[in-house]
Amino acid sequence: MSENSYTFLIMLILSICFYIFMFIDVSRKGDSQMGYFLRRALTSLLALWLIVTITFTIMHLIPGGPFASEKKLPDAILRNLEQRYHLNDPLYKQYAGYLINLLQGDLGPSFKYENRTVNSIIREGFPVSAALGSLAIVLSLSAGILAGTVSALRQKRWQDYTVMTMATFGFSIPSFILAGLLMYVFAYKLRVLPSALWGAWQQAVLPTLALAALPTAFIARLVRSSMLEVLRLDYIRTARAKGLSESNIILRHALPNAILPVVTYSGPLIAAILTGSFVVEFIFAIPGLGRWFVQSITNRDYTVILGVTIFYSAFLMLMNLIVDLIYIAIDPRIKLFDSKEV
Amino acid sequence: MPEGTIILQLFDGLTRYDENQEIKPAIAESWQISTDGLIYTFKLRDAKWGNGEPIKAQDFVFSWLRVLAPETASEYAYQLFYVKGAEDYNSGKGKKEDVAIKAIDDKTLQVTLEKPTPQFLGLTAFYTLFPVYEKSVQDNDNWFTDPAKYIGNGPFKMVSWEHNQKIVLEKNPNYWDAAKVRLNKLEIYLIDSVDTGFNMFKTGQLDFQEEVPVQEITAMRESKELQIAPDTSIYFYRFNVTRKPFDDVRVRKALAMAIDRKQLTDNVLMAGEKPAFAFVPFGFKDEGGKDFRQTSGNLFEENLTEAKKLLAEAGYPEGKGFPKAAILFNTSENHMKIAEAIQQMWKNNLGIEVSLESTEWQVYMDREESGDYDIARAAWTPDYLDPMSFIDLFVTDGGNNYTGWGKAAYDALVDEANSTSDQKIRMEAMRKAEMILMDEMPVMPIYFYTNANLIKESAKKVIVPPFGVFADFKYAYVE
Repeated sequence: MSENSYTFLIMLILSICFYIFMFIDVSRKGDSQMGYFLRRALTSLLALWLIVTITFTIMHLIPGGPFASEKKLPDAILRNLEQRYHLNDPLYKQYAGYLINLLQGDLGPSFKYENRTVNSIIREGFPVSAALGSLAIVLSLSAGILAGTVSALRQKRWQDYTVMTMATFGFSIPSFILAGLLMYVFAYKLRVLPSALWGAWQQAVLPTLALAALPTAFIARLVRSSMLEVLRLDYIRTARAKGLSESNIILRHALPNAILPVVTYSGPLIAAILTGSFVVEFIFAIPGLGRWFVQSITNRDYTVILGVTIFYSAFLMLMNLIVDLIYIAIDPRIKLFDSKEV
Repeated sequence: MPEGTIILQLFDGLTRYDENQEIKPAIAESWQISTDGLIYTFKLRDAKWGNGEPIKAQDFVFSWLRVLAPETASEYAYQLFYVKGAEDYNSGKGKKEDVAIKAIDDKTLQVTLEKPTPQFLGLTAFYTLFPVYEKSVQDNDNWFTDPAKYIGNGPFKMVSWEHNQKIVLEKNPNYWDAAKVRLNKLEIYLIDSVDTGFNMFKTGQLDFQEEVPVQEITAMRESKELQIAPDTSIYFYRFNVTRKPFDDVRVRKALAMAIDRKQLTDNVLMAGEKPAFAFVPFGFKDEGGKDFRQTSGNLFEENLTEAKKLLAEAGYPEGKGFPKAAILFNTSENHMKIAEAIQQMWKNNLGIEVSLESTEWQVYMDREESGDYDIARAAWTPDYLDPMSFIDLFVTDGGNNYTGWGKAAYDALVDEANSTSDQKIRMEAMRKAEMILMDEMPVMPIYFYTNANLIKESAKKVIVPPFGVFADFKYAYVE
């Protein structure tokens, strides 16, 4: 094994050990609120470190490099490039250097896109992806919950069958096919919407639909089955017996319980929207962050791979925390930490 | 290469290709080449930068030395290696002062080459050798992503740049040839997906698109909007001659003779590609101003009987006992289709089985470079318009050879061509070298590329240079 492989192995084992250690520690019961958040922040940081280390390792283990090309560069030129981006330093030094810069919030320069920094790439790309993602989340939540509820209330009638058939389609058609189909129908045949690019609201319609289809279908099915279950419960029967109006029963009593699984799903939902956006952004020529995630790997643009991975990971961890908080807010049966009142 | 297209609108070199693919004076109004072919003296015209300042010979000295400076780490620095002292400076062995680029006065630029290299003039029309505005480079590291600070000298100037969306250009009133520029505004969209671009073109949002989706080419064939220009690139397979059975020239020749290239270009590729029966593509002029490929002709032919005979002589009659071998290529629908067709042809015609190995782009490059393959897909685009850009690939241990093949007689011919400025001797040496190459067949030519673009009938005079996939809008207009 080469010296580099040893470096990798040691880095990896170290960070995994720390992570496991923290994890054991954090699973202790009976935390205070403050302690809970502190611990959660700490494990997140350690998880990020682990992610950096694993990504760094794998990225350098796979063949190729940022300056590989079908036309081989003369050695002198390759050396100049490596010198400029410190790629000729030993790996542990590159790794340490990267961590130090990372702690200062500097994700480094892109190797492939001269004079662009990873920070600026994220600063420009993320707001676009976030806007598109939020639209898709809002759409899939509202359409999914509505369709699921209707479907449950009209079980085994045509409304139910329509919703479930559509959900099956939405669930099984991959977003790149749906995106192409939407573009063909609405931009090419009917010419009612622009085919691509980003900026005007019309340009957001098709990508939002393409991105929201799968989660909408999933949420509709989720809400349908959980609504059917809730409607059979005793407290609903009690409510009916008390003579409450049907809309009151559904909206005030059944729905809040029926959408609990949807809240659980929002973590994976956000992840699905993020990863789904890679394809949708590519097809609709949207200048989001997704394309960088894919392209940087083909380019072996090391700093961009790391920067975007870290950013996405941190973002997902934050979202998961928010989802957990929402969970305790709407379901009093769940506790993450001991409240002071107890 | 969108960046090529954009740079070409924003800058002008000493020379520029016109619509007939001829090199024409641009910032240089004339030049002299010494009889030994070593000293180039360019006389600059009274041209201005975008901000009205005059363009001086010193600007070229600054720009070229900047390309060569090791700390710039330019990937294209090698295009200036023909200049005396340039390679030494770039590799840290020599000094900046020893690079033979001089400004005799404000309007005279003199360059001394290492060896007579006729292709040097053509390189001055390539963007590596374009001048950059010294103050904007020095003041601001981000000058080329900041439109306000981007001072060029070309037909257009940059107004805005939204990353991964669009770049807006406007006519540059300070351009020396502004009278010939007819477009006032040019919008360039940066779209990753070629299918999306096609959709925008079809719905009238674009007047021109570089690249056409492969699946649309057949449908577009009759359309006047599809423009197929010749391209000076070749698609070929390398044989790893250090591995059995490809160390045997008879095997290599048999394989090269036993495929039907016309069937590939007509039924698989379908964009007007030409079957290749030699290595140097069409589009290079020889000593008499004629096409090098046309005058040299085909250097081998498809011949099944001969192929079977050669294979039998090599010890594999009817393909019996032929060792396991694989075709390596990077994952792409097109490479896959071609490899499948060739695999089938070899099986039917010679009775040999090869497997297909599709890998990710970087893995493919890595394996090709380290010689970890049997047969590998490859392509080559020239750096300058001269057959030498193809011929010198296969000198023994050449940086882009990768086949393990080498022959002293071949190397000697390349040397001979490179040490004279007499075009007749050069071309003759290159012809002989190419004959050796095709007789030894370390590489199997498959087809010569075409360059397909989409252009609305109302858009006129968009120039697509014969090499490098980009377009020039200097003379373009919309009816």
